[in-house]
Amino acid sequence: MKTGFTLRNVHFKNRVFVASGTFGYGDEVQNLVEVGQLGGIMTKSLSWKPRDGNPPPRIAETPSGMLNSIGLANIGVHAFIEKKLPYLRTLDTCIIVNIAASSVQEYCDVLGLLNEQEGIHGFEINVSCPNVKEGGLSFGIDCDRTAEITSRLRALTEKPLIIKLTPNVTHISRFAAAVKDAGADAVSVMNTVIGMAVDARTRKPRISTTTGGLSGPAIKPIALAKVYEVAQSVDIPIFGIGGIMTAEDAVEFLLVGASAVQIGTANFIDPSTGVTVAQGIESFARQQGLNDIGELVGALDARRDFSVLQSWL
Amino acid sequence: MTLCNADVTGVREVAQGVYVLSFRNPEVARTVLPGQFLNLRVHEGLDPFLRRPFSVYRVEKDVVEIIFQVIGKGTAILAGKKRGDVVNILGPLGVPFGIGGEFTKAILIAGGLGIAPMPILGEHLRKAGKRVEIFVGARTVGQLALHHLKSPHVATDDGSRGFHGTVVALVESYFKEHPQTDAKVFACGPTRMLEAVSRFAQASFLPCELSLEGEMACGIGICQGCPVERINAERRYALVCTEGPTFDCTTIRLREA
Repeated sequence: MKTGFTLRNVHFKNRVFVASGTFGYGDEVQNLVEVGQLGGIMTKSLSWKPRDGNPPPRIAETPSGMLNSIGLANIGVHAFIEKKLPYLRTLDTCIIVNIAASSVQEYCDVLGLLNEQEGIHGFEINVSCPNVKEGGLSFGIDCDRTAEITSRLRALTEKPLIIKLTPNVTHISRFAAAVKDAGADAVSVMNTVIGMAVDARTRKPRISTTTGGLSGPAIKPIALAKVYEVAQSVDIPIFGIGGIMTAEDAVEFLLVGASAVQIGTANFIDPSTGVTVAQGIESFARQQGLNDIGELVGALDARRDFSVLQSWL
Repeated sequence: MTLCNADVTGVREVAQGVYVLSFRNPEVARTVLPGQFLNLRVHEGLDPFLRRPFSVYRVEKDVVEIIFQVIGKGTAILAGKKRGDVVNILGPLGVPFGIGGEFTKAILIAGGLGIAPMPILGEHLRKAGKRVEIFVGARTVGQLALHHLKSPHVATDDGSRGFHGTVVALVESYFKEHPQTDAKVFACGPTRMLEAVSRFAQASFLPCELSLEGEMACGIGICQGCPVERINAERRYALVCTEGPTFDCTTIRLREA
């Protein structure tokens, strides 16, 4: 069974990754997960300087999901290179470093410094964090700024450059088209959906920033629609993200056009979800008589014939 | 640390709406230390979605116990578990209470469900040769769960049992009669109570550790969901799950309740 795929000049052993911010820097979960069975790890977002993150409460559970407002708490790029990268280099999987910044120059500085380091296979650019005042979503909802960041970063690296898009726009496919034109190798679809949770008794919002990013199975149908929208109109590889808990969830993303998937919030419940999903996709493909998991990508049967629909009972 | 299903051996109501759930897991039973917690997945469904953290209450041979009050969807499911059901456990997690050191007497202060880590803590302290004095506060007598606590001093807000007032006021009155110099304070309970304990311990020049709660998802430091503000530190926040849940009271600033 062929499980892997290639992006630019990097071969990934399979199509299952762990999403930024849900797997730390890999070392926290080393006793719980065989990370060598993942296609790759998207690291926690890095900025130039360390960031404290937002005050508590930062998370709230919602039906089949959670709301977060971490605020990009991270150790900063220098501490990452010194303290985390040596461990990540020892792992038998690809390391995609996620970068978040407050200015175009900061994105360039962080990527420029990381691009010189050994053991980094690619970059994912977070232009879509809903929980910080500076940068973040203010870039991600502006098509021209997103394209500008992409082309500036493209000029700095030959490694795969993936732009992580926000669903909090009217037409996500326009952003995918813009970053493709600016030289991106792939897009991650999608970051969290802006949401809110309220405690009726205390009359307070449940997280300190009032609104935050919704994730988990609650957003899976939205994510599938966003991936489908991009896949229908832009020829660019897509990392599908949004509420994947099982191999079947992941296959749904491949069918609507994702080339790979990222496991996010599920890691908080079981950090080995990605490994289970990778194995599950492989056995699903085998059952379907396929030779290459890539045969599932974009293989949605969109004919208007629903006689094969299973009952929901 | 283990992540696995564990067989429930029983659930019993020990006070009004307060339950003890026991399950069999030799690894946790053998390795868990006082103040550490388990992150429990209460079922395989998606709502409630996240794991829930619980202090370990007691260990007996291969069986581990947690104690909880039914306050929402997750705890309602746990209270309905039967012998033979499973819970999915992740743990033991977190930094245990510091039970070593020079002190000879341990002052344990619990408010409400803050009794959760006290039976296992008392047991380990006694094994370490410490004398243990435990103070327990609750709103009313029906909510007191005093099992497995040796000769507890009791306070209730409504005076329905023991001292009429807060548990910290009870500790203060006890200290007036029995001044302590060679003691260490261990406390768990609501934030406002922990603030009062912290003020009291610092005014009495006693070392003091608090066990905190925090909204957390993963329990292992990856979601960054459970910060607590640190005092005079380079980093503004510590994580309750990996750097706590036990903290020296002089190192952190408690959040307003």
